[in-house]
Amino acid sequence: MPSTINEYFQLMPFLIIGIGIILSVVIEISSKSSKEILPWFSIILFFATALYSITNISEHAVLFGGMVEVGGKPAIFNFIFNLGAMLVVMSSIGYLKKYGTYFGEYYILIQSSVLGMMVMAGSKDILMIFLGLELMSICFYVLAGINRNKLGANEAAMKYFLLGSFTTGFIVYGIALIYGTTGTTSIQNLIDNFGEYSSNIIFVTGLILFLIGFSFKIAAVPFHMWVPDVYQGSATTVTGLMSTTGKTAAFSVLIIMLTSIFTLNSANIFKPYFSAIAVLSMFFGSIVAISQNNLKRMLAYSSISHAGYMAVGLAAANSYSISGIIFYLAAYAFMNIGAFSVISIIEGENDSRTDINVYAGLNSKNPVLAAFMALFMFALAGIPPMAGFFGKYYVFVGAIESNLTWLAILGVISSMISVYFYLRVIVFMYFKDAEENFEIEVAPYSLSSVVISGVLVLMFGLFPDMLLRLITAVVSL
Amino acid sequence: MILDYIPIILVLIVAAIFGFAVVFSSEIFGPSRPNKVKTMSYESGKDPVGTTHERISVKYYLVAMLFIIFDIEVIYVYPWAVEFKNLFSTYGIFAFLPMLFFLVVLELGFLYILMKGGLKWD
Repeated sequence: MPSTINEYFQLMPFLIIGIGIILSVVIEISSKSSKEILPWFSIILFFATALYSITNISEHAVLFGGMVEVGGKPAIFNFIFNLGAMLVVMSSIGYLKKYGTYFGEYYILIQSSVLGMMVMAGSKDILMIFLGLELMSICFYVLAGINRNKLGANEAAMKYFLLGSFTTGFIVYGIALIYGTTGTTSIQNLIDNFGEYSSNIIFVTGLILFLIGFSFKIAAVPFHMWVPDVYQGSATTVTGLMSTTGKTAAFSVLIIMLTSIFTLNSANIFKPYFSAIAVLSMFFGSIVAISQNNLKRMLAYSSISHAGYMAVGLAAANSYSISGIIFYLAAYAFMNIGAFSVISIIEGENDSRTDINVYAGLNSKNPVLAAFMALFMFALAGIPPMAGFFGKYYVFVGAIESNLTWLAILGVISSMISVYFYLRVIVFMYFKDAEENFEIEVAPYSLSSVVISGVLVLMFGLFPDMLLRLITAVVSL
Repeated sequence: MILDYIPIILVLIVAAIFGFAVVFSSEIFGPSRPNKVKTMSYESGKDPVGTTHERISVKYYLVAMLFIIFDIEVIYVYPWAVEFKNLFSTYGIFAFLPMLFFLVVLELGFLYILMKGGLKWD
């Protein structure tokens, strides 16, 4: 089948990032001051792609003989990936000097991982999913250990790499079984003939192996063991990227693969599986986070519990809950990146100052940072009018719609528990006196990253239907 | 369904029997008159020097990695080059541009290693 030039033009978001990566490598090898140029170049690239994606949502098309999908859901996901990566790059500029890892490859790796996520979200073929997943994961393994002189970063990279490649084995074996029973890797074919295939035990085994692999990537209990150590050990900005855009990419694949379940009216055979991991993740994350004193580790457990809330939407599997998940992912991305940006500003040299008692009396030292941190903590706890509330609300409404009221009730109980450790940070910032004195150097780019995240979180919270209308228009495509 | 795999199992069994037969028949039927030169380990015709457990510079590992770049390049370019005339008559310039793009990306990786001093050996 000849690929027309028109198809290449429709592939624009991929081309912008792809050619951007090539140009970045050229800049890196030809210029001495690449580490000053590349962050700005990446910011422009990510912003251009995000803008292109959000303005071309209606241009839905399946290209290259049913391999790649552009417009529609992938466009929304591309918007989240690129805007998230842009904010991470902005907060990295000041942070990396402090972290002792100041070189250009960091930005190239972030661009490559975003390209991988975009391939995952836009794939219409299981092999494309695998390609995108590997591109994203391998960049993340390297980014986690970007500073090889730090013990924690090495541990994080090694753990992530070993467990990540083990899970990749699950995914490949799942793909092999799916291909073995259906004779094709096309997702459209799976969706069309799902009812026929789902009576085949080998096909269902393959799909379950595939789901287990992606449960690892979204950090759901019982596949969460890597999360706390990796999130704590990696550079703070990298953690911000992994925990938000990486999770979004994994959820985008789950949503693509399981479209068959919510488009057809067949019974959701994975309802017990997703209900189980949802309940376990919500409660495990919320309860264990209470006893964490390290803020990065606390946010890692909070990330596990957020994966649980989103999995409630997958268990419900109707169009409400799916648009709820996508909204939740967008909201979670910006509030978490904002929180990690604040942590990266406060953090000192040698991984110091990530504990919660450092935040005591932050309000008197830097009221702006304290106010934004409070905003992100309220948003993560799910208190209206922040974006986090509406994310949870839409997902739980979807659950009630599918007669999963018990799951919604458990979700609400779990978010009540989680309020304790989010508000604990606010109590430290506003109601306690500073224990140690240190200078907070606020780089202007990092602060603008915090401000943009804060504005987005407030905007999605105050006018949720702005984003939700875009999502509901494309969710059934 | 399992019955469909019987030819494969048969091929495996026959291959195993054949392999063992060839190895052991030369052992059983061949004359055995060893001398010093014959039992010496083979090293491209030269007399072997030292043990096999030599320490090798880690730089050779880089050479092996670089070799993979060109190995992959050949794997993809060779079948394309063989079929190029047919491809060109059907797809026109689109038979050529994707391969050009592939080569640019691949060589850029090599250029990156070169410019970063990956081949400076001291």
